[in-house]
Amino acid sequence: MRGLNNAQKRAPWLLLAPFLTLFLLTMVLPVIYAIGQSFTKVERTGLFGEGGISSSFAGLQNYERALADDAFLASVGRVLLFGIVQVPVMILSVTVLALLLESASAKWPSFFRAAYFIPYGIPGVIASILWSFLYLPGFSPIVAGLDKLGIGVDFLGEGTVLWSIANIVTWTYAGYNMLIVIAQLKAIPGEVYEAAKVDGAGPLRVALSVQLPLIRPALVLTTVFSIIGTLQLFAEPQVLRTVSSAIDAKYTPNFAAYSSAFTYSDYGVASAQAVLIALAAFVLSFAFLRLTGRKEP
Amino acid sequence: MSTSVRPESERLATTGAISREKKSATKPPRLSRIAVMVILVAAALYFLAPVYWVVVAATKSTDELFTTNGFWFASNAFGQLVENVSSVFSYDGGVFVRWFANSMVYAGGGALVATYIAAAGGYALAVYDFPGKNGVFGLVLGGVLVPATATALPLFLMFSQFGLADSYLGVLLPSFVSPFGFFLCRIFAQSVVPPALVEAARLDGAGEMKIFHTFGLRLMAPALVTVFLFQFVGIWNNYLLPLIMLADEKLYPITLGLVNWRNQTDRLPEFYELTTGGVLVSVVPLIILMIVLQRFWRGGLTEGSVK
Repeated sequence: MRGLNNAQKRAPWLLLAPFLTLFLLTMVLPVIYAIGQSFTKVERTGLFGEGGISSSFAGLQNYERALADDAFLASVGRVLLFGIVQVPVMILSVTVLALLLESASAKWPSFFRAAYFIPYGIPGVIASILWSFLYLPGFSPIVAGLDKLGIGVDFLGEGTVLWSIANIVTWTYAGYNMLIVIAQLKAIPGEVYEAAKVDGAGPLRVALSVQLPLIRPALVLTTVFSIIGTLQLFAEPQVLRTVSSAIDAKYTPNFAAYSSAFTYSDYGVASAQAVLIALAAFVLSFAFLRLTGRKEP
Repeated sequence: MSTSVRPESERLATTGAISREKKSATKPPRLSRIAVMVILVAAALYFLAPVYWVVVAATKSTDELFTTNGFWFASNAFGQLVENVSSVFSYDGGVFVRWFANSMVYAGGGALVATYIAAAGGYALAVYDFPGKNGVFGLVLGGVLVPATATALPLFLMFSQFGLADSYLGVLLPSFVSPFGFFLCRIFAQSVVPPALVEAARLDGAGEMKIFHTFGLRLMAPALVTVFLFQFVGIWNNYLLPLIMLADEKLYPITLGLVNWRNQTDRLPEFYELTTGGVLVSVVPLIILMIVLQRFWRGGLTEGSVK
């Protein structure tokens, strides 16, 4: 620190000030506020609340109420099931597509890469609107086509709509995840391939024992992002709700938190639910990172 | 380190030659080439068919949407397209144009400010050594992992008390913060801003802020484009925050506005026409942006985990 003048000591804080101020205001404070709210109970006194509102410490009451709600628990189970199926299916397809695109057998890789990436530019809500039309009987050419083939599918039914949502999510994010995997594939030095060839490894062998281990970090990263994304599911079910009676206002945990706040004006329980979702995201992400444990050489 | 942010064209110039050589040297058997092609084409159909459908749907009247084959154009497609698009723009006194402009303000303004302050912060961590540096780093790292939806509700409750809810600032302020951009900038500044250069500039009498603005920003430019793009699309696609924050339809971004239209199709069938036309108009600029700037959409993401 010797030889630093005052300007040099002040400079980093001056540069950091705008970011840190906004970071504290829009991320740290809301988290603290949500935690505070989740332990607070708001009571209206008087029959119609005319006696004013008073808030007091609620202990774990809001959490108890959140966890005692069967619909909320069901929504948690639903996104877990969703995650267990959709995340592996997407990551696996993405890996296969990336490996094929980078293989010697692929023609026009940059065209295909762009084609797969396009849906990422379409906001999740807009994608949901779009697919909501494509799921709608009497309107969708896909439903009509399947009907003609004698396959009657109800994309919006009780048992199917969750997978229709999974399709929207996969369609939107697969190309983006693929790009992350491809970026890492491209970073593999040419000598590695040369060495594998000298050892007489075929393309499949190269993919399984050279490329897959080397793109592991990208796969771990995309999986963690997908897990966090799954827990936050909101826009897709909210849009599809207008066409599917199988979706209720507590279909996903996030949807339940939103409904608690804006339909039932129960901010305490809504905050408790938001905190639980964030905690679940942390725990699952760390558990997955732990499980796949990076072995430092 | 800088490789991951290097533009694709440059990358191809160096590694492309090798891989092309590799390809011609061992040409895979015909059968495997056909099999790969079939899979790639099938995947392309899956990703592009819905986009194609929107294009077709936007050329139809509401009646035709229900009666004609959804994957093919009806007669007078072009005339109907013009009519649909113009009704998208003129409906309700041009509210769609207003939503579009709002989205541009939120995403463009938000991403611009976010990139600048993330660059300043990341540069500060990379170039200076100061007490509290690790604390700042750890704090922001925690921020990356906080799900955006967990902060939306408390933000609304807080902002309502300051009178910031239901205003442009209510959506903009949270959009100014990109912890991910902060990290990318720090990593990039570490590898492209040489300490010797900073020292030399100081000897020339340049102030610390001036060094950042003249050298730092310019050297970090490639990473800044990536940060800007990620943040732009992130804000453009964000739905929950504006949904919670905004009540006034005039402040809506395009996503909220279109959902609003979509929800009215049940009662008023003419909204089918408006919604499909609106979806097309809103999607086209973003798709062009994605394709043109595809080379900037890369890692930096995998940066931290590669090592």
